[in-house]
Amino acid sequence: MKMNGGQALMKALESEGVDIMFGLPGGAILPVYDPLLDSSIRHVLVRHEQGAGHMAEGYAHATGRPGVAMVTSGPAATNIVTPLCDAYMDSIPMVVVTGQVPYAAIGTDAFQECDTTGITMSVTKHNYLVTEAADIPQVIHDAFHIATTGRPGPVLVDIPKDIVDPNNPRSAMEWYTPKDHDLPGYRPNRTGDAELIRQAAKLICEAERPVIYSGGGILKSRGAEALLELAELTGIHVVTTLMNRGGFPDDHPLCLGMPGMHGNFTAVTAMQEADLLIALGARFDDRVTGKVAGFAPHAKIIHVDIDSAELGKVRRPDVAIQGDCRLVIEDLVKALGEMGGSDAQPDRNPWRSRISGWQERFPLTYEQSKDDELLKPQFVLEQLRDSTPDDTIVASGVGQHQMWASQYWKFNHPYTWVNSGGLGTMGFAIPAAIGAKAGRPDRMVWAVDGDGCFQMTAQELVTAATEGFPIKVALINNAYLGMVRQWQEMFYEERYSEVYLTRDVPDYKMWAEALGCVGLRVESPEEVGPAIAQANEVDDRPVVVEFRCEAEENVYPMVPAGMSNSDVVVDPSQQDRPR
Amino acid sequence: MSAAPTNPVLGAEGGGTTTLVVRVENKAGVLARVAGLFARRGFNIESLAVAPTDDERFSRLTIVVGVDAAPMEQVVKQLDKLVNVVDIQELNSAASVERELMMVTVRADPAIRGQILDLVRVFQATVLNVGYDEIMVSLTGSPSRVDDFEDLLRPYGIVEVQRTGKVALPKLVKSAPDPLAP
Repeated sequence: MKMNGGQALMKALESEGVDIMFGLPGGAILPVYDPLLDSSIRHVLVRHEQGAGHMAEGYAHATGRPGVAMVTSGPAATNIVTPLCDAYMDSIPMVVVTGQVPYAAIGTDAFQECDTTGITMSVTKHNYLVTEAADIPQVIHDAFHIATTGRPGPVLVDIPKDIVDPNNPRSAMEWYTPKDHDLPGYRPNRTGDAELIRQAAKLICEAERPVIYSGGGILKSRGAEALLELAELTGIHVVTTLMNRGGFPDDHPLCLGMPGMHGNFTAVTAMQEADLLIALGARFDDRVTGKVAGFAPHAKIIHVDIDSAELGKVRRPDVAIQGDCRLVIEDLVKALGEMGGSDAQPDRNPWRSRISGWQERFPLTYEQSKDDELLKPQFVLEQLRDSTPDDTIVASGVGQHQMWASQYWKFNHPYTWVNSGGLGTMGFAIPAAIGAKAGRPDRMVWAVDGDGCFQMTAQELVTAATEGFPIKVALINNAYLGMVRQWQEMFYEERYSEVYLTRDVPDYKMWAEALGCVGLRVESPEEVGPAIAQANEVDDRPVVVEFRCEAEENVYPMVPAGMSNSDVVVDPSQQDRPR
Repeated sequence: MSAAPTNPVLGAEGGGTTTLVVRVENKAGVLARVAGLFARRGFNIESLAVAPTDDERFSRLTIVVGVDAAPMEQVVKQLDKLVNVVDIQELNSAASVERELMMVTVRADPAIRGQILDLVRVFQATVLNVGYDEIMVSLTGSPSRVDDFEDLLRPYGIVEVQRTGKVALPKLVKSAPDPLAP
């Protein structure tokens, strides 16, 4: 079938099962936006290209399917670099199509030209500059394969205008069904080595104080059920990193919650005191380990990861298994079964009672606000948690509100927590929530945002309002760049430098209304519940609820940067308790 | 005086160099990907040679890596993640045959030209070009032999020197296969 490159691009995207994409047209990508009119793919018109990228990420987070964004060349391409890097750090499957100046103009500093593949080389799993229209079907097919297999990640496809422009003879091509992938340097292996899995099972059967350290690889491999089976078979407690909140139910008696810099005391301390860490799809990030030399000093390490470069990158494992988390866990469960299943597990009652002792002495805690004080953010999040459906999807920005959301929410379902972990991208929440809602229109989607974050990407609420994505935003307004304020209080002798944002400017209620949303403002504890109930009722437009919160609330526990996790600082009210 | 900062990822032990022979797809931008990876991860390239292979789909990079800064395992694993990298051989000097080409122009007044030609003979180097008071020679050999030659020429006054960086292939098996083996 004869067609032009632009038609081929749309057809190729359709063939990959793309049902929705996020983007914004411009000069170089214009020829592709014409065949888009005849395509089955829904296009969501964003207000800033960064929004398109984060929406694609949010979509991928919530559905497991690759998110797709399409933008033009030059400034549009540079605007989407942040989402690419975000997706790269958090292993999010995403395909980004960028326009490029005509092939003959590349290198001439043409209008809206930039070296997109050069700029994005280090923030993508792979990228392509397509030079011939005939390559488009194969490249798109390969791009989706690379984005979604092995360790998932973003792939960028840069397309010069002439090969998609029907007025240019270089765009003429014959459609073909792409061949099998010819990628001699890319052959991801999914199955773990059987002998290593037996060794891991043996270590597990010998361990007196084991902890499962579960990371984002659980969710990426659709391995939540397998993890549950492993935990219940062995009776081993599970910590869920920021990237795996929801990968193991918070209400499960074996769940210890989030470890790390702002993890709860028990999760942090259980890892410190463990004699075996079973790291599943986790990468020993510095926010989890604290000072590496002081991290889990008594623990042997079993490390399972799809990416062999993670094995031994930070901590030398005793058993390193390269493979897909779900498949390896399933094989591990089998191997443990052959060794006697739960009967082969040693008596771990002393360890369990230590854990429950920590849980009793060091629960998450905060002091409720007094009459003349503004709201406590933790209170707002508890109320929100208790007033929304159990399977609500929560998208978060980055900072204090993100940590409180992760701490205080009860995640009992996989794919209900959407956040920026590795890159820590402020402004992630609103566009990511829109992408999640696009992928899961049946679910209630709340964005938990800070005032600093909100001001970075609020314009995408226009996208949400006009494109019909009735997301809800809980705006924790504490008038500060809160996490930075906390660091300046704790580590810079309360010398506050450029962190005050003002309390009343902008007027968030009016701004929300101007953006096409319902705007609500809450200042006292008794208003919190009714405002959330009111927001939950709105289904025809987005809602922004501004919660006016105390400025000086800090996130605890906290492991100060560079310190050992054994030096975790607990809430001031708990500091005298025996550890 | 303080100790050099230790990168927890890369470590600080080791010393010397290792040679990686990297087969890559012969596609635009592959060298930039490899070079960019080294820069981004803090690995140091001592020398780099790029050449086509007998199969036109692939090129071969011979990269000499300073192992002071990086455990070779991380370098290899990160390189292997590049989609265009097909395979990687790690070669140490004992198990490989290494060659490097040097071209060098040396001051050579007619009165002392003979001394330089003596060195050229000893090292089996080649005279490429002769000027009134300069001489251009080339030498192919193991990197250490090339080093020696360069050191011996230096007192005469090196005007310009160009070295290719080394290329290497693994040494071949010496023992014949066991005729009784199945």
